[in-house]
Amino acid sequence: MYRYDEFDRQFVAERVEEFRDQVARRLSGELTEDEFKPLRLMNGVYLQLHAYMLRIAIPYGTLNSRKLRRLAHIARRYDRGFGHFTTRQNLQFNWIKLEEVPEILKELAEVEMHAIQTSGNCIRNVSADHFAGAAADEIADPRVYAEILRQWSSLHPEFTFLPRKFKIAVVAAEADRAAIQVHDIGLQVKRNEAGETGFAVWVGGGLGRTPMIGRKVRDFLPEAELLSYCEAILRVYNMHGRRDNKYKARLKILVHETGVDEIARDIEAEYEDIRARGALTMPQEEIARIRAYFAPPAFAELPARSSAFEAAKADSRSFARFVERNVAPHRVPGYGIVTISLKAIGAPPGDATAEQMELIADLAERYSFDEVRVSHEQNLVLPHVRLDDIPAVHAALAEADLATPNAGLVTDIIACPGLDYCSLANARSIPVAQRIAERFADIERQKEIGELKIKISGCINACGHHHVGHIGILGVDRKGEEFYQITLGGSGDETCSIGEIVGKGFSSDEVVGAVETIVETYLRLREGPQETFLSAFRRLGEAPFREALYADA
Amino acid sequence: MALYRNGSFVADDPWRILGADEALPAEGPVALPKARFIAERDGLAGRNAPLGVVIEAGEGLDGLEDDINRLSLVVLTFPKYTDGRNYSTARILRERFGYRGELRAIGNVLRDQLRFMLRCGFDALEITHEGTIAALRDGRINLVSLHYQPASRDEAAPPTAGGHPWRRSSAGRL
Repeated sequence: MYRYDEFDRQFVAERVEEFRDQVARRLSGELTEDEFKPLRLMNGVYLQLHAYMLRIAIPYGTLNSRKLRRLAHIARRYDRGFGHFTTRQNLQFNWIKLEEVPEILKELAEVEMHAIQTSGNCIRNVSADHFAGAAADEIADPRVYAEILRQWSSLHPEFTFLPRKFKIAVVAAEADRAAIQVHDIGLQVKRNEAGETGFAVWVGGGLGRTPMIGRKVRDFLPEAELLSYCEAILRVYNMHGRRDNKYKARLKILVHETGVDEIARDIEAEYEDIRARGALTMPQEEIARIRAYFAPPAFAELPARSSAFEAAKADSRSFARFVERNVAPHRVPGYGIVTISLKAIGAPPGDATAEQMELIADLAERYSFDEVRVSHEQNLVLPHVRLDDIPAVHAALAEADLATPNAGLVTDIIACPGLDYCSLANARSIPVAQRIAERFADIERQKEIGELKIKISGCINACGHHHVGHIGILGVDRKGEEFYQITLGGSGDETCSIGEIVGKGFSSDEVVGAVETIVETYLRLREGPQETFLSAFRRLGEAPFREALYADA
Repeated sequence: MALYRNGSFVADDPWRILGADEALPAEGPVALPKARFIAERDGLAGRNAPLGVVIEAGEGLDGLEDDINRLSLVVLTFPKYTDGRNYSTARILRERFGYRGELRAIGNVLRDQLRFMLRCGFDALEITHEGTIAALRDGRINLVSLHYQPASRDEAAPPTAGGHPWRRSSAGRL
């Protein structure tokens, strides 16, 4: 994990004081709310329906026990005893007092955390594969590059007043667990034929009201030129992105309206100019210096098979279920990656109480080399657990209602905060997620359905990523009543696709039944359990689903 | 309105910034809107006084490439402080074209953006916002002084840089 040195500590401390000064000017009336808004957003402070919300950056979703305990402490002392993990691998507190924000930021700074650029029209928290450093299929640790990008983008003097927000994600495996193709910049670490490290680069992906899949502009960018190239992309966007309409201001619209070939030429021209001056070309020593922070922990040499683990699977049905869904293969024999579901049936997706955070911190410290990850699917991950220890971890999680064996299943739902919290929302998201989870609560039924991602957004801004849900649900307001529009066939992985609207929307009362109809239709038409919902939809198209949904209409 | 240049407020501004239709004075330094500058370029060449140009946010440098190094003033506008386009223009002027003349920001120039502007190569700020003028006069500007990336102005690495090639410090100045 990256650790602050004196420079980083002073940087964050100065940022806390800068923001304290801005808050004081707002509270004294020197700044109007309009003047203050862009300043507070730059530091993750939103004014929501009921209170201020503070969004805390968790760079590329990596936490340790000390940080997680501090988040638990903040939840208890300054909020209502819980926090909400987001699809950008961040954490939100929803019941914050503005005048307490500087103190919270100071408490965060003590554990090397901050809220810088978690909102506003700037480069947001860089996200990465939540299995980084543990996944069996990765060729490098993507967090090395995410950290380099985080530093470069922090209070960047040229790119702090962009047309709109700007999101970057990094993966280092063919399997895309970070949805890179729906980011403004998506980076895949790869090796060329000569064995050199570099990046495939996509630009102009994004969700929101105009969802678009990113376009590949580089098949191989040399590792050393990562920052030169990103600076070029950002400069082209900053100068040419639309500023006349906030809904057309993302990079995706510029790419779409200008054409990817022309944008790629503009980026390359800018890149050549930046690269020629060499100021951002990364020295190998600097890459190595950052990489050292992400060196693998001291894994033990273990047999690939753990008899304690196998015995527990044989003994306990609930443990076997947990392993099936929530334990992923680790690159090191004898270890596993444990997903902690924050989607207990009936609970708000992504929420964790202070007590749960503390328990997970304890488990991380004891069993996972002190590491915890936040996934963009709003779950937590213990990345490095010995197979021998997983039964004990499971038992401890189960006591805290954290062992729901539903990772990737129909009840592992992504939902935005929706109208329960958010001033932008048109409809509630969390209660719909809760009701769907309750309808499909039977774990045997979930297993039979298999991998199925439901994603719910409470408005067109798509914070719940509904466009890339296998089943996407969008809340809309129709004459003061909440309605839900369903899209099918979206996917945020390496086979990225945008879901198609299946037909007219459903009322809040109808929407859970509609989801069930879709699921039953899939079960009826699939070629077998090996054909997932997404594969079946891609084979069948939406016609049979539409027919089943609207047959009586 | 006050002009803050190279670290302090200056009382005398020799420049006349002309609109599209204002008559050209017989002598003295003048800055013209970009389109007018290009249209009157040939006539201006014989003028025995410093020349400047005013570039609105979004206009960019196209068409001015060959003129840049005979300019003594470039004025970049910030119609709203959230319009960041001219931060890029400033850096391109300084870094790609090696422009060494005065680079002046006008418009919505506010205290929380000052250091970003200076780092992008501005050396003069025309400020109308009274609170910002007062804060600068009283030294009440509270901005992060450490930076993770190189920009346009010459900046030293801080003592705590730790070998990092891009760390910079604005300690001791705005």
